[in-house]
Amino acid sequence: MSRLHDMGGRFGDGAVVPDAPDAPVFATDWHARALAVTLACGALGKWNIDVSRHARECLSPKDYTRFSYYEKWISALADLLVETGVLTPEDLKGQSGDGLHALASAALRAEAVAAVLAKGGPANRPSAIAPIFAPGERVKTRHPGGSALVDGGHTRLPDYAVGACGQILRQHGTHVLPDSNAHGLGEAPEPLYAVAFPASELWAHPEHPHDEVVLDLWQSYLQPLEPGAQI
Amino acid sequence: MPHDHSDHPHAVLPSDPALRVKALETILTRKGLIDPAALDEIIDTYQNKIGPQNGARVVARAWSDPAFKAALLADADPVLAELGYYGRQGEHMVVVENRPERHNMVVCTLCSCYPWPLLGIPPGWYKSDAYRARAVREPRKVLADFGVTLPSETAVRVWDSTAEVRYLVLPMRPAGSEGLDEDALAALVSRDSMIGTALATAPSGAGDLKGGDLNVGDLT
Repeated sequence: MSRLHDMGGRFGDGAVVPDAPDAPVFATDWHARALAVTLACGALGKWNIDVSRHARECLSPKDYTRFSYYEKWISALADLLVETGVLTPEDLKGQSGDGLHALASAALRAEAVAAVLAKGGPANRPSAIAPIFAPGERVKTRHPGGSALVDGGHTRLPDYAVGACGQILRQHGTHVLPDSNAHGLGEAPEPLYAVAFPASELWAHPEHPHDEVVLDLWQSYLQPLEPGAQI
Repeated sequence: MPHDHSDHPHAVLPSDPALRVKALETILTRKGLIDPAALDEIIDTYQNKIGPQNGARVVARAWSDPAFKAALLADADPVLAELGYYGRQGEHMVVVENRPERHNMVVCTLCSCYPWPLLGIPPGWYKSDAYRARAVREPRKVLADFGVTLPSETAVRVWDSTAEVRYLVLPMRPAGSEGLDEDALAALVSRDSMIGTALATAPSGAGDLKGGDLNVGDLT
């Protein structure tokens, strides 16, 4: 079983409501502050992008459902700050002093923002694991799904594509494995592929016979399709 | 897993989201962990400097310059880096081209991955449960929510951004846009057309165009 964030293919969410062409980038001021506080805290270097995604996913189902997008961000950030020891629960209650934190020297300064955002955080790494699939090859995703490393842990194999047969579309090189990196188990880079799945392989009632869904999947999510098997 | 305890630390913050953000910002600022001026700078960057105008310039150039387009489709990263479009959430870019036989559409079902250096911060609908849940299973019904109808012979390829690779859709160049310069072409390229939930806008006076119109870029 997965968590609530893994919602691809789910029924019952209703219409997508496009925004007005002139809608502001941030619907309200606190959305902008939530994004900025989260990015600034990320610059403290106490976690990586996979840890922060997992923190959002680990909000309780009740909170995940009722929170708006940026409420999820800010709540997961508060949880992360405590989990990594940056803050204590007493700090969050406003019950501690205002002295400078030991990490204060690492705080992101205004003059460094442009350079930090422009620098980005590439996920490709050299890897000792050689690619075993080539474009055009047929593969099947791991079954059961979920994290193979940590029970209930982070993975980027969505439930809807578990046990599905597809075809390698392109190779992206070797990238950090989120399943490992989200849990402090190392970056464990391995080959990453774009894999195309016929819609008919994923859905009981596909809209069109030639539709496809492409997912980026790590090599350890995939196994070769048995010779002679059809997709 | 500490996260699976019922006593999530965030529960001690105020319940109103605006106050929750304010409380956290205040605590972090007093401890010197964040610099409010840095927050202002981050917000200014994504509100005023980085946005879909960047992606539109790339599309307009691809429509105008076949060699640029070929390089962009073959290996986008060096091409975009040369234009200065690199950075957070755009480290590994792939550009996918719409053609009469295939329409591309981008989603992130697991969170909200999006090519920030080219399109800025994603719109609310992109991050909504409805889009994340439905785009992979019923893209045509989702397109209908945007007022877009594809010809029956056009297949849809939906890209679910499950890794750190970010996708940009190169929409078809609309008929009637012959002779326009890159600035005029860029004005036809909406944010949504680069996500794949819209088509490029036909130039005014080009007549009533639909999604099935010929990609004039293919003829040149």
